[in-house]
Amino acid sequence: VNPALSVVFFSTLSGAGLGLLAWLGVVYLITPLPLSREFALIPFGTGLALLTSGLVASTFHLGQPRRAWRALTQWRSSWLSREGILALAVYPVALALTWQVWHADRGALTQVLSSALFAVALATVVTTAKIYHTLATIRAWHTVHVLPVFLLCAIACGALWNWALLSLAAWQLPFLPALGLSLLLLALGALKLLYWRYLDRGEGEATTGMMTGLGALGRVRPFDAPHSESNYLLREMGYVLARRHARRLRVLALFGLAFVPALCAALAALVTRGETALAWSAVVAASVGVFVERWLFFAEARHTVVAYYRADRA
Amino acid sequence: MTSLPAASSRKLGLVIDLDICVGCHACAVACKEWNEQGQFGPLPDENPYGRDPLGVWFNRVHSYEIEAGNPMPPLASLAANDMCTAPTPGREEAPVRAAMTVHFPRSCLHCETPACVTVCPTGASYKRAEDGIVLVDESKCIGCKLCSWACPYGAREYSEVRGVMQKCTLCVDRIYNETLAPADREPACVRACPTRARHFGDLGDPASAVSTLVRERGGFDLAPEFGYRPVNKYLPLRPRRGGESQPLGSEPEAFDASTLPPILRWLDRALSR
Repeated sequence: VNPALSVVFFSTLSGAGLGLLAWLGVVYLITPLPLSREFALIPFGTGLALLTSGLVASTFHLGQPRRAWRALTQWRSSWLSREGILALAVYPVALALTWQVWHADRGALTQVLSSALFAVALATVVTTAKIYHTLATIRAWHTVHVLPVFLLCAIACGALWNWALLSLAAWQLPFLPALGLSLLLLALGALKLLYWRYLDRGEGEATTGMMTGLGALGRVRPFDAPHSESNYLLREMGYVLARRHARRLRVLALFGLAFVPALCAALAALVTRGETALAWSAVVAASVGVFVERWLFFAEARHTVVAYYRADRA
Repeated sequence: MTSLPAASSRKLGLVIDLDICVGCHACAVACKEWNEQGQFGPLPDENPYGRDPLGVWFNRVHSYEIEAGNPMPPLASLAANDMCTAPTPGREEAPVRAAMTVHFPRSCLHCETPACVTVCPTGASYKRAEDGIVLVDESKCIGCKLCSWACPYGAREYSEVRGVMQKCTLCVDRIYNETLAPADREPACVRACPTRARHFGDLGDPASAVSTLVRERGGFDLAPEFGYRPVNKYLPLRPRRGGESQPLGSEPEAFDASTLPPILRWLDRALSR
């Protein structure tokens, strides 16, 4: 599938922002961050800014962005609609919690808002994953790996962003959380490796014979093209570039989203200096890594309609 | 409303005879022509007079070769469930079928449970309760393209020019159009087909001509494993006469001088000396 930059940016940025906000929910449920009330605004602002830039990027994917509000109407059947509603629901919850934090209020309302922010932020990530996971036409997406990868990416990126922002306030990541973060990132890398192994196994791919119903007669291969020029389907579904460079890009994604930030977190657990540099290196590496991973997620995915045009599998 | 309506008893759709289609593309052209000016039109092209024109068509006619191989199974076993099993390699002495070409028109199948409708976030995609036709309300479509990802058959094409998704309407603006002569109240593709390979009717009515055709010829669902329950049906190839003992073109040239007229027989004798 054509990896439209608008959609790749959307899920990379909003995933990181939602992960960051979900962590803030967890943190303020337990205990307030050791920050001045001015500085405490920064993590909330960053989370909402990441989410907002992702949502703005996603509107560039639309043919009629001015009608985007209509996408909030079909939550009964459409995961995309549910995603839109939940993503917008994050704003009032996050802003209300920010208000409570500003006023140093630790009452029941703060507890409720913290829990709600955690739930609605992660639920939004789940709906994003479900949009892809429910498409039976695209084998690379219709697999159990998709939901845990999206969730772990958001949780890991959110944790890294939190760490990086807190490191600006000279806060140091304690040993156990650093170790946990490192293991979380390695688990994400392992999950991606499992996913790519599934992708390369190629079982259950659609064939021209299956898609035409002629497969029982013999091997079916295209004989004459249905049209001389390209069309929307070939441009959108028949994306070739990624598969030519998939190997290198996968290595880049794996180092970016797992190995480099895991190493940074592990180092932070061992050494006492350079915390800020380590944290921000981890954020930059993970952002690049997730961007490449998300680009590949689209670009490597093949739609069944390709089987009508080419004798290979889709 | 992108939730599906309760199943209707009327299921309008097409029956396409793969045995008869000659791949002339008249259906595709007639479709483009009618819908360009129809109720849901136009179907604009990008760069229409330039080097790489590209535009929306609701109907695409593919041509396939079925490579020489197993003899054709009898009609009865061509039922939908058997269509997707891989061919078993034939034994050495088994008869071999010659290669065949098949022309394969591809368009919206107006599925009974279409994922393209339920994934739509805006309510632009809908399935009509009264006759099962799947349509796009172009005044609501935001052009997110998710429905085209959800359709396994590639039935939906996005118009870059209009910024909305477009698809086959089953010529809903013809079939109920009382300003047309009754004979013209069928989809443009069906009307245009010179070989009568396309049939239009109510597949929900077991007594209709199309339902009878599907029953008699073993009509099948396209890729039923997706579970979208297409209304349109395809009729399979009939078993071919001849060419089943060995691949076409490999038999030795037949020549029997005794059947020639006298002058040619003499010529053959004279030249053979």
